[in-house]
Amino acid sequence: MNDLMERLQRDFGVDDITVRKPALTTFRVKKDSAETLIRELRDREGYTHLNFMTCIDYIEDGIFTLVYMLHNYDKKLSLGVHVDISRENEDMVSIHTLWAQAWTYQRELREMYGINFPGSPRLEEDFCLEGWDDIPPMRREFDTKEFSEQRFGHREGRHSEEPRDHMKVELYPNRGGDEK
Amino acid sequence: MKLPFGRTTSSPISTGHSASLDFAQPEPVDLASGKYVKLWQGPQHPGITGNMSLELTLDGDTIIDCKTHVGYLHRGFEKLMERRSFIQNFTVVCRIAVPEPTFNEYLYSHAVEEISGIEIPERATWLRTMNLEMMRLASFLMWIGGQGGAFGQYTVANWTLAYRDYVLDLFEEMTGARIYHMYIVPGGVRAGLPDGFEGRAREIMDGAEKLLDQIERVMFNNTVFKARSKGLAIIPPEMIDPYGIVGPNARACGVKRDLRKDEPYLAYDQLDFDIVTGTDSDAYERAYLRLQETRQCISLIRQCLDRMPMDGAFQADMPNVLHWKVPAGETYVKAECTRGEYGYYMVTDGSELVRRVHVRGPSYTHAIAVMERLAVGNNIADIAGMMVSLHTYPPEIER
Repeated sequence: MNDLMERLQRDFGVDDITVRKPALTTFRVKKDSAETLIRELRDREGYTHLNFMTCIDYIEDGIFTLVYMLHNYDKKLSLGVHVDISRENEDMVSIHTLWAQAWTYQRELREMYGINFPGSPRLEEDFCLEGWDDIPPMRREFDTKEFSEQRFGHREGRHSEEPRDHMKVELYPNRGGDEK
Repeated sequence: MKLPFGRTTSSPISTGHSASLDFAQPEPVDLASGKYVKLWQGPQHPGITGNMSLELTLDGDTIIDCKTHVGYLHRGFEKLMERRSFIQNFTVVCRIAVPEPTFNEYLYSHAVEEISGIEIPERATWLRTMNLEMMRLASFLMWIGGQGGAFGQYTVANWTLAYRDYVLDLFEEMTGARIYHMYIVPGGVRAGLPDGFEGRAREIMDGAEKLLDQIERVMFNNTVFKARSKGLAIIPPEMIDPYGIVGPNARACGVKRDLRKDEPYLAYDQLDFDIVTGTDSDAYERAYLRLQETRQCISLIRQCLDRMPMDGAFQADMPNVLHWKVPAGETYVKAECTRGEYGYYMVTDGSELVRRVHVRGPSYTHAIAVMERLAVGNNIADIAGMMVSLHTYPPEIER
């Protein structure tokens, strides 16, 4: 694994290499090199299984981190490839030619985060939200509570509490909810 | 027979369509020509697994295009988890795969434990292993019923669904709940075994074994079942990695991969079992392989009962659940569920809420990319059986 990481550092400039556990290492690569690196890992290093592809929204830094989880069945090792892209310019190279299942993930990311993958098949088709006209719902600024309150309104007899505050009062009634 | 967009099939009713590895999407057909019919199978249909739908384009009886539509069960689980405390998420995760909630409980707990560096007691590893195998047994019993029903054998469906209730009785005894157990929690499990459980569990395992023998005679030797399932929706080995196919669907074509053996977790390295494989991954082979794995499940539950320590702690020392502080970290944990690799990817930032959870369910690829490819060239009457033979659960797709 160390040899591979050294080579990836040298050839692709990967950084932030972290061994999360013996079978899982994560690292970061620049957007421009990502597709070539993933192709290289698949074709030359035996990381033939795409476990999944997902996104983390770091709204405070203005970035999306795309995560490609690759697995090598022979070595029983997984690599988490992190790629940072801007939240404002949400374009990423498509990997649908590498794995026949990848376009589904990309279609979902387009719907849930608004990330564009030019060339990816059926990208514009709804994945699971038919007729959605709000901002992509997995973005951190999308507030599910506010959305449901606006969309479904107040119903007589229905009352909800913020669970954490409510439980504090329930557990510590004599202290006015103060847990100290 | 020549089909649109360059696909061919040997006869109008094809039972051996080999999936193309061409990643290009087909061109839409001209429905106005009157030569083709568009038909929706689902979301409410006895021949569909859960609530999803297949948009089928037909040329006569033959499917020439298939598109999977999901979203009927979308409740935004991953989004919900981002604004709930770690313990509150337990009421969410078990609902992601309704027939197999235990795998979600285990993987979520395991991810929290890995990031927090929590070690669980030995007794808890055995109780978790047995709980997961009981879940596998219940799920397979439900699946056998679905597969029989899809080919008109409702007797088998009635037998297995009725017997699954006995397994649910065991769950009720062990965990207090029949479906959503919330039994596996970070640090271990919620309880040990009740008095007399072992005897009752062994009795139900004996009965299950007899039932499986009957099912093998009635279903797998049945001429109609054989005629309809043999050669249907063959998955060739070269399709496995490009499509991310895992579990029995992959093992049925000879790919010897099983996380319980390859990367053992819990007590699986102390249990005796072999990976079951087949040769041709058609609907019959996949069904037969699952029958063998159901038998294996019974053996594993018995082994757990034989070998697990009956005394000792089943829960590590944990702080009050409202004060859990999970450090910043990232992990991907996985387990072999009935359909293959089930995984939880978790990222935490040291706050009281999880930063991101991604759930990797095998149905994500089996029910979309694989299903859409395998359906083409087959007969409309076989689509239900084909879908069940891929063993898909929609909630884990849309999460």
